[in-house]
Amino acid sequence: MDISRDHALELLRDMIRIRRLEEKSAELYSKQKIRGFLHLYIGEEAVGVGAMHALREDDNIVATYREHGQALVRGIPAAQIMAEMYGKANGCSGGRGGSMHLFSAERNFYGGHAIVGGGLPIAVGLALADKMKGQSRVTACFFGDGATDEGEFHESLNLAALWQLPVLFLCENNEYAMGTALWRHVSDRNIANNPPAYGVPADSVNGMDVVAVERAVHNEAELVRETSKPRFLELKTYRFRAHSMYDAELYRSKEEVDEHKKDDPIEGFQKRLLKEGLVEQSDIDTIEDAAAKEIADAVEFAEQGEWEPIEDITRHTYARNLS
Amino acid sequence: MTTYRDAVRTALQTLLREDKRAFLMGEDVGRYGGPYAVSKGLLEEFGEERVRDTPLCESTFVGAGIGAALGGMRPIVEVMTVNFSLLALDQVVNNAAVMRYMSGGQFQVPIVVRMATGGGKQIAAQHSHSLENWYAHIPGIKVLAPATVQDAHDMLLAAVEDPDPVFVFEHQMLYGIDGELDTTATPPSPWKALVRRSGTDVSLIAYGGSMHKALGAAEELGKGGISAEVVDLRSLRPLDRGTLLDSVRRTHRAVVIDEAWKTGSLASEISAILAEDAFYDLDAPIERVCTLEVPMPYAKHLEEAAIPQVDRIVDAAKRSMGGD
Repeated sequence: MDISRDHALELLRDMIRIRRLEEKSAELYSKQKIRGFLHLYIGEEAVGVGAMHALREDDNIVATYREHGQALVRGIPAAQIMAEMYGKANGCSGGRGGSMHLFSAERNFYGGHAIVGGGLPIAVGLALADKMKGQSRVTACFFGDGATDEGEFHESLNLAALWQLPVLFLCENNEYAMGTALWRHVSDRNIANNPPAYGVPADSVNGMDVVAVERAVHNEAELVRETSKPRFLELKTYRFRAHSMYDAELYRSKEEVDEHKKDDPIEGFQKRLLKEGLVEQSDIDTIEDAAAKEIADAVEFAEQGEWEPIEDITRHTYARNLS
Repeated sequence: MTTYRDAVRTALQTLLREDKRAFLMGEDVGRYGGPYAVSKGLLEEFGEERVRDTPLCESTFVGAGIGAALGGMRPIVEVMTVNFSLLALDQVVNNAAVMRYMSGGQFQVPIVVRMATGGGKQIAAQHSHSLENWYAHIPGIKVLAPATVQDAHDMLLAAVEDPDPVFVFEHQMLYGIDGELDTTATPPSPWKALVRRSGTDVSLIAYGGSMHKALGAAEELGKGGISAEVVDLRSLRPLDRGTLLDSVRRTHRAVVIDEAWKTGSLASEISAILAEDAFYDLDAPIERVCTLEVPMPYAKHLEEAAIPQVDRIVDAAKRSMGGD
């Protein structure tokens, strides 16, 4: 593998951090500490980790409701993410957003959007602002395969191409629009065939391979930066868990899921690293220990967090409360 | 004298000249000069970067405006008419209105969205809507309805200065009206209602295009010895309860005029406010003069019958006074 030991450990560590955060979240959901909708990223970790390592610190991120992984690797502390899912005032959105609406102005993390396709025009607008201000920033916009059905996907590709805006469209194709399989919801299963019709170059990458994702996103992002034109990358992945905690998974077989689990992005990467002698089992153990502590501390932070006083419920509806 | 159209253009010019972050985008705002000729000449003065013709994709160009506002710009988005704004409602309701709240106050969306509204031009059921109340229903956004030349200018300046999303509804029948425009005077707060004509017998409460019909009705009523007060709401969200209640507590009678359909209208909301807070001050039931509950017909006589007109307002005021 063409990466350094240190970098391999970073990528592995971040994937494991996400996996453990998500497992703990599922557990806390069943204990009713976390409520509402909870969409787990388990199985898709290589996408978030590879992409976030490829982007620059000052690039903009627009994500979906399945964004815990991106948020964590982007630098929003696990503690603030967990507190947000608890609904506590010390959460990264002050307990106002929950699992689907993680935000961080400091990290240029513009949410956490839960209307499928709704984040794409916002990404186009952020890129427009950058272009008008002369900033050489990339706006990376994550969305799923389901979003490609939406009119806003096509409109956003058209507008970004027409106005030559630095947007990197990152399609996390996990083969399901909630419970509807790709072949049931798109006329052309090769999603990357769409963007070139709008003049947006498109490519696909194996989203279960963190190194391939990082390289592809890096290349695409730098091309967007250089040309100030949009590009599209499909990340082929698979969600191992249900769509949300309400999903009984009647639309796919256990065998199908098990087949994909053979392609687990974390296990696969670990095996390759061990086989090539880049890391040892003790390195992995160290990462696991650190992740376990990080998540335990995050839960403690959330448990200790305060509930926002009900008297403050109208705060932030407007810049100043309306009389 | 200045037209309403020119007043909006003057405000746009001021904004584009004085605020580098401000830019105008929308369908046909550039080369065409604006569907209502509001932005005529702006492309020539400010160039394509700041006067942007958009594709026909209301949802995405409104969303892009929201994104640009998040990114520190001051976008002024023209959605040609309220009828087409329905295609952008998701961006308004799910993004513009909630971003500040949902992010715990980390992000703000200082976007201004302008659009023409209302009927009266025989353009039938798909082009004559008055849906301001849909917008005024939503916490997180503000809604203005300038009825006068002066307000058309002042309110747009105030809207762009505001840190929250502001929607400005310009009644399509008003673009050609004349009025005085003073660009040097300190304007009244855009969020307050104004008494446009004082009276003692009945309050005619209206906004936008209907405000002028209310003034016409007050004139008529005056000939018959009825002194009608005309209250111009101006801001539809927030609603200035104080000015409304103050007027009705003096006149003891209220006629609410609203070009929207009566069911679930702003007229309903105002009636409820008066019932809640001025019930014992009322000497007569509240009257509502709204558009008849039909899709807007094309034929002129039918359209005129559907939309509130001076005679219907006069009749309602007389009923309220106890006559026929």
